Amino acid sequence: MSELPHSAAQDAGLTVNSAAVRDADRRAILLLFGGIVVFNLALFAVGLWRPLAWLAIVASFVTLVLVCERIGRMVSPRARSAYERSLAFGFPLAVLALWQIAGDTGMINTTWFPQPSKIAAGLWDMIVRYDRLSGTSLLGRPWLIPEAFSQNGLAGVWALLSESHVLATVSRVLIGFILGAVPGILLGVVMGVNQTVRLMLDTTISAVYVLPKIAIFPIVMLIFADPFGEGPKILVVALAVFILMTINTMAGVRGIDKVYLMAGRNYGANGWQMMRHVIVPGAMPVIFAGLRIALGTAMIVIISVEFLRAKQGVGFITFYYWEVLNPEKMYAGLVVVMLLGIMLTYLLQWLQRRMMPWHR
Amino acid sequence: MTRANAVAMPKILARNVSKIYPTIDGETVAVKDFSLEVADGEFVCIVGPSGCGKSTFLRMVAGLDDISAGSIRVSPGDEPGKPSNSVVFQEYAIFPWKTVIDNVAFGLEMRGVSRTKRLEVARYWLDRVGLAKFAGYYPHQISGGMKQRVSIIRALANDPEVLLMDEPLGALDAQTRVVLQEELLRIWEETRKTVVYITHSLDEAVLLGDRVILMSAQPGQHLATFNIDLPRPRSIETINGPRFAEYRAMIWEKLSHEVRRAMEQQQ
Repeated sequence: MSELPHSAAQDAGLTVNSAAVRDADRRAILLLFGGIVVFNLALFAVGLWRPLAWLAIVASFVTLVLVCERIGRMVSPRARSAYERSLAFGFPLAVLALWQIAGDTGMINTTWFPQPSKIAAGLWDMIVRYDRLSGTSLLGRPWLIPEAFSQNGLAGVWALLSESHVLATVSRVLIGFILGAVPGILLGVVMGVNQTVRLMLDTTISAVYVLPKIAIFPIVMLIFADPFGEGPKILVVALAVFILMTINTMAGVRGIDKVYLMAGRNYGANGWQMMRHVIVPGAMPVIFAGLRIALGTAMIVIISVEFLRAKQGVGFITFYYWEVLNPEKMYAGLVVVMLLGIMLTYLLQWLQRRMMPWHR
Repeated sequence: MTRANAVAMPKILARNVSKIYPTIDGETVAVKDFSLEVADGEFVCIVGPSGCGKSTFLRMVAGLDDISAGSIRVSPGDEPGKPSNSVVFQEYAIFPWKTVIDNVAFGLEMRGVSRTKRLEVARYWLDRVGLAKFAGYYPHQISGGMKQRVSIIRALANDPEVLLMDEPLGALDAQTRVVLQEELLRIWEETRKTVVYITHSLDEAVLLGDRVILMSAQPGQHLATFNIDLPRPRSIETINGPRFAEYRAMIWEKLSHEVRRAMEQQQ
């Protein structure tokens, strides 16, 4: 009972304290915000903003971080997630807005650095345009699918889809990814389990790993009857993924705590059961980390290959618009690549949640 | 004090077992000429200073480590198809990728017992240690004490001829440890499995064991055997008795000397 007044007093002291901190924070936010606006305007007024742009940008960024941290301290726990989300999405949006303004006011050269609105317009134009000469479009004009289906059935739909740059790239990546990942994981498991195979192949794998896959593309082309067809493109992707997955899976298998292997053996698991119940699930976290990296590599390889030698694909269209001096659409192509990256990563994360339900 | 049945029909018979590791500096002898007979239904504790090779010996009994010299035999029981041994590891070693119930049923699954049958057995054991609610949980969602319970009943659900326990409670805090010791006593009184139990703790050894074997510092050799003649069923109160203290003092006198020797060796 005697503790009650004491703790109440403590609480009161704490409240007074935090209120004081709040006030100080509020003042600091106003001061910092006002200060940086004045700083930028002053630089502008004396005509020094452009030569000192880097300084101004860094100073503004640092000030913005300080302001946001103070705002973050005042946010109630309930509003916390909203605050974090607005920080995560708000900042990139703010950068885009500044880019837009800088372009509109002529501070940057919009011929080579077109502002977001122009890139968006370019992207829209690419989506709706059908290139009669090459017989391609960005997405394959999905709005025509019902019509094509009623006229020519599935063949008509197929004809539409096969004109798509995005689908061409996605199918190359996915087929190459699967053709590389499955044998890569298998060989990785074997190399992880068997020391002899590991010693025999490890050096070669490490050597091929550092080789830029684009550099062996010319040789890969020679393997196929049609060097300009889909075969070589898919194979380089598969090769890059294969090497990465072999290395990662091997590391994953070797990293399994030995006590799990002992437990598996002691409880009577035979070779196949050991694989299914102990080794593969034990290596799964590292395998998925590898798949994530391999996906990025696969995108890099396919875009490079399409830059180099392709008549279709997102990489091709991006490079094509650079060659015909249409930067808006070149940027739009890069945006498509990034969107594809995000989508494929989500797909992989979904797969990971399905296959590793034990992972927190 | 001679155990007639132990001589007549030992469940585990280890004769002059040695373990030698080849290293760059020559050979390291981990276990030397160690012999042990364990009768059917006996609870034997092996105590010794750290690094004396007691875990190595247990792994050799389990068939997880090669024997350099000597022989170990675990007599098969009457029921065919029963596994000869199951190990409870110090680091739990329950699979993070399997749910609690699938972990408990693991040994049965490996032996091809049908899903309904093995889950029924697993559920029975989960019930006995009060983990029925946690059947569908993954190991990272439960506490250390619960994990070790799962590890222990995984071995019991497997229904082996002998139970080999390698410092099963070593990683737990003192309070959880006492609770699990009590649970272990209760389950053992009911099942009367043959157990070889490795531990650091003298209290634990005297509390649980019918016999306490003392191993010397490296190389691990048989040093002494103490028959613990405390009445069963025992419980945690047994620790407070005067005879318990006597046993502990007697074993500690011999063990402390070995511990000191082991420490000197490491320096």
